[in-house]
Amino acid sequence: MSTPLLQTTDLQLAFGAVVVADHINFSLARGERLAVIGQNGAGKTTFINICTGLIRPQGGSVHFDGEDVTRLSPRVIASRGMVRSFQLPQLFSEHTVRDCVRLAAAGKSGRLGLWTPLAQAVSKDAVDSVLEMVGLAARGDALSAALPEGQRKLLDIAMALVLEPKLLILDEPTSGVSTDEKHGLMATIMRALDAQKVTAIFVEHDVDIVSQYATRVAAWIAGRIAADGTPEQVLADLEVRKNVIGE
Amino acid sequence: MTKPKIAVIALVLLALLLPLALPWIKTPLILGTAFGIAALGISILIVSGQISFGHALFVCGSGYAVAFAARQWPDLDSVLLLALGAGVGALLGVVVGSFVVRYRGIFFGMLNLALSMVLFAALGKFFTLTGGTDGLRLERSPFFGLTMARDQYESVLLVTCVVLALLLGWLVQRYLRSVAGQALAALKSNETRLEYVGISAYQTLWIGYIMSAALCGLSGAMFAIAQGLVTPEMGYWVRSGEIVFVAILGGVGHPVGAFIGAGIFEFVKLFAAAYLTGAWQMVLGFVLIGMVFLAPRGVSALLEPRSSLPIDNEQERP
Amino acid sequence: MPQELYALAVLDGLSYAALLFLVALGMTLVFGVMNIINMAHGSFYALGGYMAATLGGWAVAQGASPAWSLLILPLAAVIVGCLFGGLMETALMRRIYDKDPILQLLVTFSAFMIFEDFQRLVWGTQPYFVSDIVNYLGTTDVFGITYTRYQLLLLPSVALVVFVALRSFLKYSSVGRQIVAVSHNREVSTAMGINVRRISLVTFVVASILGALAGALASPTVSWVPGIGAEMIVLSFAVVATAGLGQIEGALVAAILIGLARSFSVYMLPELEVLVPYLIMVLVLLFRPQGLFSVAKARRV
Repeated sequence: MSTPLLQTTDLQLAFGAVVVADHINFSLARGERLAVIGQNGAGKTTFINICTGLIRPQGGSVHFDGEDVTRLSPRVIASRGMVRSFQLPQLFSEHTVRDCVRLAAAGKSGRLGLWTPLAQAVSKDAVDSVLEMVGLAARGDALSAALPEGQRKLLDIAMALVLEPKLLILDEPTSGVSTDEKHGLMATIMRALDAQKVTAIFVEHDVDIVSQYATRVAAWIAGRIAADGTPEQVLADLEVRKNVIGE
Repeated sequence: MTKPKIAVIALVLLALLLPLALPWIKTPLILGTAFGIAALGISILIVSGQISFGHALFVCGSGYAVAFAARQWPDLDSVLLLALGAGVGALLGVVVGSFVVRYRGIFFGMLNLALSMVLFAALGKFFTLTGGTDGLRLERSPFFGLTMARDQYESVLLVTCVVLALLLGWLVQRYLRSVAGQALAALKSNETRLEYVGISAYQTLWIGYIMSAALCGLSGAMFAIAQGLVTPEMGYWVRSGEIVFVAILGGVGHPVGAFIGAGIFEFVKLFAAAYLTGAWQMVLGFVLIGMVFLAPRGVSALLEPRSSLPIDNEQERP
Repeated sequence: MPQELYALAVLDGLSYAALLFLVALGMTLVFGVMNIINMAHGSFYALGGYMAATLGGWAVAQGASPAWSLLILPLAAVIVGCLFGGLMETALMRRIYDKDPILQLLVTFSAFMIFEDFQRLVWGTQPYFVSDIVNYLGTTDVFGITYTRYQLLLLPSVALVVFVALRSFLKYSSVGRQIVAVSHNREVSTAMGINVRRISLVTFVVASILGALAGALASPTVSWVPGIGAEMIVLSFAVVATAGLGQIEGALVAAILIGLARSFSVYMLPELEVLVPYLIMVLVLLFRPQGLFSVAKARRV
């Protein structure tokens, strides 16, 4: 296949003495389902923040679908098709579930209309189908702030999905959700991703989730990628077992 | 009919019919309507969570622009003067907004305040140009092409202002329900996410700022031609504070709030002047404090049963 | 510019800066500890001046020596600070600590409006000018310029004494250290057993006393009229914004900066005199919005 969808070259970032990105060279092909594992502080979220434009690296570059996006803003990068969801759901707390998705859909179109009401300015089908995909169709009129945690995460992801991304980066999609709900949540997300044929990266701590849903795993230790391969390979790796899984 | 709509009709009827019983009340009604339009402008920014303590800059700037124009071209129609006021406000909003909307919270508020005080101080100082602290006078201009006596002029001005208030209230409501307006509300709750879904916070706030400046500018033009006088006082920080005061008192959930707030403000001023030795600031101060504890979303929110945000009230079809 | 005018400008600026500093100090203290901008802070300045003029006028009528002013002025400040500051904190401020910042601002603005009318009702609209202490202290010659000792020595000395006293208070006294703790983190302070309610009251009263003290000290030098509080508060905004919210040492420097800038412009570019504090405020907010001395980053996107 041609160009990788996402490619980072020699990414570097340090906050004082703490190195959060240690010459990271990485590439992701279309269709992959990559799980990113690593302890807190290992640099996983930093990596996502750099790729999606929230932080500038001190060195190196990020290429998305062949384009250098290193210096672009989150807004522009999102419009290019690299979208993220958040570990702590980032919602519009004073809007309803449906309006949150509508706003995201409006962002996709890139036009800031002054006249047409929000509901009419976006595609009803696109909004409804995304809500359907994450199972929130029945809660469309609820205030986003009133949802339980698992549904807030789903809404956060729905807002990313409606942007029709090429690559969706999910930052700890099942964190904050009770253990018995985790698998259901992940299954729902994966179904939605399959339906839209989206390439995905997800940061995850739960080893079971990783082995069940990932096609590839990359383990972060102290700002660098310590292991990168199939779930079986990486989860068996000694360094990973010691530093990440903690055995 | 919803309660806010009833309130709108009640206010319009009050404004148009009261002068028949009390002819002297025309001027306070005009000023109150103008004040309401300025508060409508500020309420746009409040939706975004940003509060400006300097919008008297636009009221005053436009007022002086109108005064200069009216003195230079006495035959210029009042309708054009009003348009000029709105236009100058919008232009100032474009220029000032271009850098001011990069700031948030207290810094946004203070920068607006500082800019308005620069204008206030400058207008007072450069008296050869601006008439200094005494201000500038302007004569009555023709209205709709006709030269009118004072009484007739005021009646026409009042009706014009009320019509404009209705029109602008409707337009602002439409704007707040549009993508740009909803983005403005989203900016308040989560600006990062707004950017991440592809909407520019800068553009969103800049548009809102320009709208608020245009409305304040129009209000300044109304003050100018109603009073026949513009003074640097129009740009004083306390005036900016009063605009915010009125907007919050009335509530930002529905455009009628701005006019309810302005109505209460003007009413208390008149009442206090007649019965309370003019201690209107004290009365209003207590009124607002009471409102903060009893009706924190403003008086107009008491009219709405649920969340008073300008969210589309589209009904869900089963 | 001739040397005498240069010296005059410096002295003018410093004495003005002393007043600016005292007012700004109160405002920045309240913001640092309670995270609220008190829009009624200028009212304490006004009330301090009125109280000082009233007490001073009464003392003069009793035939007392103007030297008593040295006691009356701070006394007036303490009365105003404790009475009105204490009233405002207990009746109003403590009920709004958990409210939306916009509402907090509007509540303090309402208090400002109430105080404005209160002043008018009690003291009327005529000017008050009790300047006996200034005449009593006489004048002195500096570089050939005659200057009142009051403005030359008293004002800056009081400001410096207050500055040093406050810093020591915050650093070494128990209450002072608690105030600093609360300003850093309210919740942690409560968890540590600090009576945050009491600390808030103390802070607010101290801040009000400072504002009133500035007014009391200023009242013998200028005609005291309605509106003087409103004018002072925007100037103190200028100082606080230039220094950075919550910066005490910074407020001193910013006050001197603005005081000198203004007094120099009086002699060099008189048209700009009134504008100078606000121009400085605009420039600082544009290029370093967190203030010249603040470490934290300002909210700018």
